[in-house]
Amino acid sequence: MSYTLDQRQLDRIEDILKADLVDNGVRCVFLIDMAGNIITHMDNGEKQHDIYSLAALAAGNFGAVSAMAKIIGENEFSLLFHKGKKENIHFNKISSEFLLITIFGNEISLGFLRMKVADSVEQLKGLLEPLVPGTDG
Amino acid sequence: MAFINLKNKVIQVKIVYYGPGRGGKTTNLEYIHRRFHDRIHAEMVTVKTHGDRTLFFDFMPFDLGLIHGYQIKVQLYTVPGQPKYNATRKLVLRGVDGIVFVADAMAVCRESNVQSLRNLQENLAAYRKNLATLPWVLQYNKIDLAEQGIPVLSVDQLEQDLNRGFGRPAFPASALKGINVAATLKKIISLAVTSIREELM
Repeated sequence: MSYTLDQRQLDRIEDILKADLVDNGVRCVFLIDMAGNIITHMDNGEKQHDIYSLAALAAGNFGAVSAMAKIIGENEFSLLFHKGKKENIHFNKISSEFLLITIFGNEISLGFLRMKVADSVEQLKGLLEPLVPGTDG
Repeated sequence: MAFINLKNKVIQVKIVYYGPGRGGKTTNLEYIHRRFHDRIHAEMVTVKTHGDRTLFFDFMPFDLGLIHGYQIKVQLYTVPGQPKYNATRKLVLRGVDGIVFVADAMAVCRESNVQSLRNLQENLAAYRKNLATLPWVLQYNKIDLAEQGIPVLSVDQLEQDLNRGFGRPAFPASALKGINVAATLKKIISLAVTSIREELM
């Protein structure tokens, strides 16, 4: 099954990510699907990451953790956070098919980031959920 | 689950190399990485065990260039072939657009090829997909080992075991020497892209 996003939809998604996350100090944000495809990505221009590899690993990582959740009797872990010395990664599920990933430094608190991510996720849900019925998996 | 970006005119396609352990899936990707380095702008990502076996997957993005004004970005994945890693194999299959089934032509691998193909069918069923409708091709790897006196299954035997009832394109190959590696890749990309186009029309 394939799905398509047009210019208007992608512009709307980028506006949301820019206003909520990039303008609030997030270094890099990308929206991916669970197959590892990148829907869109934005950054503050400071660092260039290998986003295709990151997306593939992020989708795999999220899938692996979800499988672990099922083994211990949880339906899912909808949020993941990896802390580094300078860079941190935050994963937030949007729907059964989409994932929002943010990379941010220590100047932003996790609580603030979570609040902003939650705002973005709410807005993105309305745009993304009609695209792909949640049948994959 | 291919994603078509109409704003940037990019299509992302996911191809998975599947097959029994030590069959040559990673070797296929390594050869492609060497041969097509001008189209691959990143290092191959591998998640391996200490014994150098694939633990989770290998991943490599491959730029195909423009087709009908769209830039095609092919994402190549392998799965871990060992039976115990089925949970990760299933994860990697999520959203797959095309499969290369890499069979090991050595006579001792006959049963593991059949089991791996059966396992692929079971895992696809979890995503409501099947080999009757999904684009896929076969590669009979290590066929050249016969020259060294190692017992190898004949192409007829491999066809009988793995491709009966499917009639899919099949390539006798040597991933190590690069024989038919590019031909296999070209065929699966062409089938996957055609399938996506038909789905959208």
